[in-house]
Amino acid sequence: MMKNEKLLKFLGKKLIRFIILIIFVILLSFLLIDLSPINPVKTYVSNMIVSQEQIAALEAYWGVNQPITTKLVNWLGNIIHGDLGTSLIFRMPVVDVIKERFTASLILMLTSWLFSGILGFILGVIAGFKKDTIIDKVIKVYCYILQSAPTFWIALIILMIFAVYLGWFPTGLGVPIGTLSEDVSFLDWLKRLILPMITLSIIGVASIALFTRDKLIEVMNTDYFLFSKARGESGWNLIKRHGIRNILLPAITLQFLGFSELFGGTVLVEQVFTYPGIGQAAVSAGLRSDVPLLLGIVICSTIFVYSGNLIADIVYNFVDPRIKEGEDNG
Amino acid sequence: MMNKLLDVENVSISFIQYTAGLNQRDLKVITDLTLDVSEAEILAVLGSSGSGKSLLAHAIFGILPENANLSGTIKYGGKVLSQKDKEEIRGKDIALIPQSVNFLDPLMKISDQAIGYTENDNEKKEKKIKQRKIFEQYNLGPEVDDMYPFQLSGGMARRVLVSTALLSKPKLVVADEPTPGLDQKTVKETLNHFKKMKEDGVGVLLITHDIHAALEIADRIGIFYAGYVIEIAENKDFSGDGENLLHPYTKALYNALPANGFKLTKGHQPLHGEIPKGCPYYDRCEIRLDKCSEERPQLINLGNKKVRCFKYEDGV
Repeated sequence: MMKNEKLLKFLGKKLIRFIILIIFVILLSFLLIDLSPINPVKTYVSNMIVSQEQIAALEAYWGVNQPITTKLVNWLGNIIHGDLGTSLIFRMPVVDVIKERFTASLILMLTSWLFSGILGFILGVIAGFKKDTIIDKVIKVYCYILQSAPTFWIALIILMIFAVYLGWFPTGLGVPIGTLSEDVSFLDWLKRLILPMITLSIIGVASIALFTRDKLIEVMNTDYFLFSKARGESGWNLIKRHGIRNILLPAITLQFLGFSELFGGTVLVEQVFTYPGIGQAAVSAGLRSDVPLLLGIVICSTIFVYSGNLIADIVYNFVDPRIKEGEDNG
Repeated sequence: MMNKLLDVENVSISFIQYTAGLNQRDLKVITDLTLDVSEAEILAVLGSSGSGKSLLAHAIFGILPENANLSGTIKYGGKVLSQKDKEEIRGKDIALIPQSVNFLDPLMKISDQAIGYTENDNEKKEKKIKQRKIFEQYNLGPEVDDMYPFQLSGGMARRVLVSTALLSKPKLVVADEPTPGLDQKTVKETLNHFKKMKEDGVGVLLITHDIHAALEIADRIGIFYAGYVIEIAENKDFSGDGENLLHPYTKALYNALPANGFKLTKGHQPLHGEIPKGCPYYDRCEIRLDKCSEERPQLINLGNKKVRCFKYEDGV
């Protein structure tokens, strides 16, 4: 009972913080966009020939020349009703665009997040366990290379090898060209998911593997590890019983904290593979002055990254028995 | 005389240390350590804190850090132990009682740690019953089984550590600083555990800086000074004015006790790496000879006792 109360109080505090954060993010991004030379009317009109009067009518309709406070109040009023406006480039409600794009990205991000977490952890454990051997060095060098190489460059190399030279996968796009979305099979879709997913995964592996390796080596030097050895435990069982037990929580926490990097990586990788996700939508919205969509994506990504950090906090504060039991007793 | 269990002969432990730039030096922490423990005997190794005594325990169990160099021989039951032998017998014939609760895995329940690794459920059940029995003897209730180390009080932690050592029915127990930071009552209780082990025929090597603890339970006491064993004396020698003690340092140590005059000797123990060429006690010795500054005395065997001093070259 006590624990639930603690958790609720903790979540309540986090919720208040989240509201403050989102207000600041909204104000700041709204202000920045207002100050930028982006002109939504020009984008909307694009190459059409229109008269000055028509432009003026559009400007008046959209309220371009209103003071920023009025614009902000209008926009916020709409957000509260769940209306993020209409995307200028997709010509449909921003909410629908984000829903569709975010689902695609979420699948990409979550699969690669899981995959990189598990793979990174395993590699880290092996490297730490076999410290200073050839295996350890190979894993270390691999991680250093991945960590210092730019994401888009690795994406390009993978695209070149597997899609262009080997031809195992399509070079991009969410569905085959010329197919109606209803006709796209699960396999078609999966085929296009694999390359970006692998790219994101192998990039994400590096930090978690190096972290796990360091943590394991640290644990292997602790007094309790030494004592277990003195009590006759050895080898892989020792690592399993005392090593992994003590490094799993910090590793999971780190992986959740990596949500922001994951999001950043997705933007680049989606761009290279022309995968129709939120990252690609963000880039197009920015380049083509789609203000409502851009603001919508900013809010959406804030929520996403904040949830990642929140989960990390919960894991850290409520799963570790030292903190959990301590609170019960205290 | 009971059977000898442990025989440590001329053991030295050193570390390679980088001084300036890439210059290395061999830092000797233990230079020449000789001692032996028999069945049903408690031998205390008495040395100041930070003098490297714990490394002796680590050497016996083969858990020295990788950059440590070990030389000399460690025999168990008359057989010289290789690293592989140590790995074989540790946790079975020989058991370690570590210094503090930090030697328990912070994220594992006490009973699982005490039981240790088991191959299957049957073995686990068997060991669980044994563990419960020993815990009961040490006044640790069933609720302790499900606790985590941070929930134990100082006295409970001490009892847990002692009982984990006894679970495998060892013949030799090495206790590394088992008493610091404990209140009088818990110290007494801990020392009684060792007395009981002795009654059960277990040999105990007690590594400590607590001279009172050593005098209370040990049969013989090895004095550790600047990396050397300078004397192994019998408990009864620590009486009167210390006239039966042999080495001048041991005498000085005994006379520095509040009950025996509180006499201080000038100087301090040389640090590792600053030990003089000759006798390590040369600088502070009141009975030094000329050759003491140049030549290192060997440990002289005097029956049950041993001493490292030229004065006793021809016997006591």
